[in-house]
Amino acid sequence: MSAEANQNACVVIVGAGHAGGSAAAFLRQYGHQGRIVLIGDEPLLPYQRPPLSKAWLKGEADADSLALKPAEWYAENNVSLRLEGVAERINRSEKTVTLASGEVIAYDFLILATGARARELPIPGSDLAGVLALRTAADAERLKHALGPGKRLAVIGGGYVGLEAAASARALGSHAMVIERESRVLARVACETLSLFFQDYHGKHGVVFELNAGVAGFEGENGHVTGVKFSDGRVVACDVALVGVGAVPNDELAKDAGLATANGVVVDLEARTEDPSIFAIGDVTHRPLPLYERQFRLESVPNALEQAKQAASAILGRPGPAPEVPWFWSDQYDLKLQIAGLPFEADRQVVRGDVTAAKFAVFHLKGDLLQAVEAVNAPPEFMAGKQLIAKRTPVSADKLADLTVSMKEVAA
Amino acid sequence: MAKITYIEHDGAEHALDVKPGLTVMEGAVKNNVPGIDADCGGACACATCHVYVDPAWLDKTGDKSAMEESMLDFAENVEPNSRLSCQIKVSDALDGLIVRLPESQH
Repeated sequence: MSAEANQNACVVIVGAGHAGGSAAAFLRQYGHQGRIVLIGDEPLLPYQRPPLSKAWLKGEADADSLALKPAEWYAENNVSLRLEGVAERINRSEKTVTLASGEVIAYDFLILATGARARELPIPGSDLAGVLALRTAADAERLKHALGPGKRLAVIGGGYVGLEAAASARALGSHAMVIERESRVLARVACETLSLFFQDYHGKHGVVFELNAGVAGFEGENGHVTGVKFSDGRVVACDVALVGVGAVPNDELAKDAGLATANGVVVDLEARTEDPSIFAIGDVTHRPLPLYERQFRLESVPNALEQAKQAASAILGRPGPAPEVPWFWSDQYDLKLQIAGLPFEADRQVVRGDVTAAKFAVFHLKGDLLQAVEAVNAPPEFMAGKQLIAKRTPVSADKLADLTVSMKEVAA
Repeated sequence: MAKITYIEHDGAEHALDVKPGLTVMEGAVKNNVPGIDADCGGACACATCHVYVDPAWLDKTGDKSAMEESMLDFAENVEPNSRLSCQIKVSDALDGLIVRLPESQH
C-alpha cells in the first residue's frame, strides 16, 4: 500500500491501555482517515495507570482525570470501541482478528498493545479474598476499599508499585509492611544507594520492612486473608495483601500467531513485528534500544507513547519520532524520583548532592559515557543527565560530583 | 467552562472549552491537540507540556514553583513566558487564555 492508501486503511488495535489508546489518538492527529477499531478487555476507556498506586489510592483522582480522552472523543473521531472485548486469535493470512464473542474483524494493519499482567505467586492462599494485585483500575478500587485508618497492609515485593502503595497506605493511616526476597528493596531496578535511601525514608514514615524474607503462603479465615506466612514459619497478621512481584508480557496472542517473542513481542524501531502488517507497542514489546545497542522490554508510559508514535508514523509513511532516552518516574511522600537511561555495563557510580537531605542524584558511567541517572528531588540532574545520555559524549566524573559546577556547565 | 486557545507552532489554532479544575495540559491532551505530549500525565516530571503563555495572561497564570522552574531550565527554546501547562490550573479567571506551542517537546 502507498502512504496515501494507508490513510484509508483499517487499523485494528488490540489492547486499550495507554499504548493502544494513544496509538488511536496519534493516528487521528496525523490525519488517518480510515477505520480504527480499539479492542480492550477492561470495561473502561483507555486510562492512565501510573496514578493508580498514588493519587487514585489516596482519593485525589477520579475516573475522568484518569481517562486519556473523554468518551465523546471516540465517537467524534470515529474510533470504534470493543470494550470488554477479548481478542482470541489472529489469522495472518486472512488478516483478521477473532474475538471471544465470535466477531471477526478484518484489518489492513494490526497494532498489538496487550500490555503486561501482574506476575502471580504460586503459593498456597493466593486465591484468598484480600490477596490483591495492582495493575488495573478495578485492582486499585479493591485495594482502596481495603485500606483506611488502622488497616494492616502487607506488600509482597519491594518494587515501585509496592513502595508507592505502601506510601499511599501510610497517607491513609494504614499500617504497611513490605516483604522483599532480596536484601534490599528495588533490587532489580535501582542502585544500592537509592534502595537504602528509600528504605530509610519509608522507615521514617512508619513502613516496616522484612528483607531477605521468603513468603510461603497466605493464611485465611472464611475465605479472606488474615496473614502472610514466611518461609521460616512466622506469620504476620494483615487485613489485605498486595502482591507486587513484577509483570509478565501478554504476548501469547502474538506467539500463537507465529510471531517471534522473547520476553515480549520482538519489534523493530518502527514498532513493526516480522509481519509487515502487524505492529506491537508498549509493555508487551521486546524492542531495540539504539543508545545501548540491544533489545529490551520496557514498562513505562514514555515507552508506550514513543512506540505508539512509531507505529502511527510508519503506517502513514511519515518520519518517525526522534529516538528517546528511556525514562521513568515515581512519586512517594514528598519525593520525586526521576530516572533516565539504563545502567547497562556501567562500571562506576558518582553521587552528586546530599543523600541525607533527600536531594541527590546517582550517575552511572561506563568509562566516561553516562548510561543512566537516578535523581531524587533533583530535576536539573535528571534533565541534564538525560541530555548527556542521548549525546554520547564523554563526561567528567569530577564535575558530576562537584556541586559548585552547575549541571548546565556539566552538560555544556 | 473557560475558553482556551492553543496555537500550534505552524499557526493552527484550537479554541476549546476547558472545564475549570483541569490543567491547561489536560485541556489539550483530552482534546488531542497535537504538540502537547505530557508523557508523565501531569507529575511535573518530564517537561513535555511546554507552552508559551500569551504575555497578556502572565499575571493571571501565576508563579512557577521551584520544581517547574528547574525542569524548564533544561527544556528546549525556553522564553521568559515559558510554562509547563500541567502546572496551570484552569479557572474562570483564565477564560480567554491564549498559549502557543513550541516546535518540539523533545
